[in-house]
Amino acid sequence: MTLDEYLYYIILPALSVSILLVFVRFFKGPTISDRVVAVDLLVTSGIGIIAVYSILTHQPTFLDIALILALIGFLGTVAYSFYIQKRKRK
Amino acid sequence: MISVIIAVISTLGTLFVLLAAVGILRMPDTYLRMAVTTKAATLGVGLLLIAAAIYFYDFSTTTRVLAIILFILLTAPVGAHLIGKAAYIAGNKLWEGSIMDDLKGKYRRTGKVIGPPKNLSEKEDEEEHF
Repeated sequence: MTLDEYLYYIILPALSVSILLVFVRFFKGPTISDRVVAVDLLVTSGIGIIAVYSILTHQPTFLDIALILALIGFLGTVAYSFYIQKRKRK
Repeated sequence: MISVIIAVISTLGTLFVLLAAVGILRMPDTYLRMAVTTKAATLGVGLLLIAAAIYFYDFSTTTRVLAIILFILLTAPVGAHLIGKAAYIAGNKLWEGSIMDDLKGKYRRTGKVIGPPKNLSEKEDEEEHF
């Protein structure tokens, strides 16, 4: 079994299963904070998937997109936490 | 030989990411979920990126990977702290099995700190604590 087959048939499906599990929490999440945590984990797992995909396609350029995605994920987390803190209480 | 090393490192990284996903699904509380997300997912993604750096074996790629890892290591705790504080101020309940709550009575519901600076007006002091 070559490295490409191993990554393609074992690593990527395992990462996809983890994305699915996080999505279950994203839909269930009782409060908005749980959903923000789930989005944060989705972005982080997406960076891992991009790393594996760049190995599969022999394209190190994808890692730039991983860097941008990390930046945007952090910005989203900060913005959502600010919004949770400042929104009107019912 | 190098592909075996890449396979082992990426397997470890995938295991950590999978554990983080199972943890965010199974943990009973927002704060426990956040703890799982911060630690396990950061380690797993760092291992996956290191596997990519070993595969390409290139100076520019390694620099990029180290920049991403440093960025994730810097931002994951900051983001988790911000969400945790926001969730606490928004009034998320702790798990019933938690044995202590260090922030109890230290925040007003508006997010202001109840602390040593006593220059706050009387009206604000009558706000609801929790």
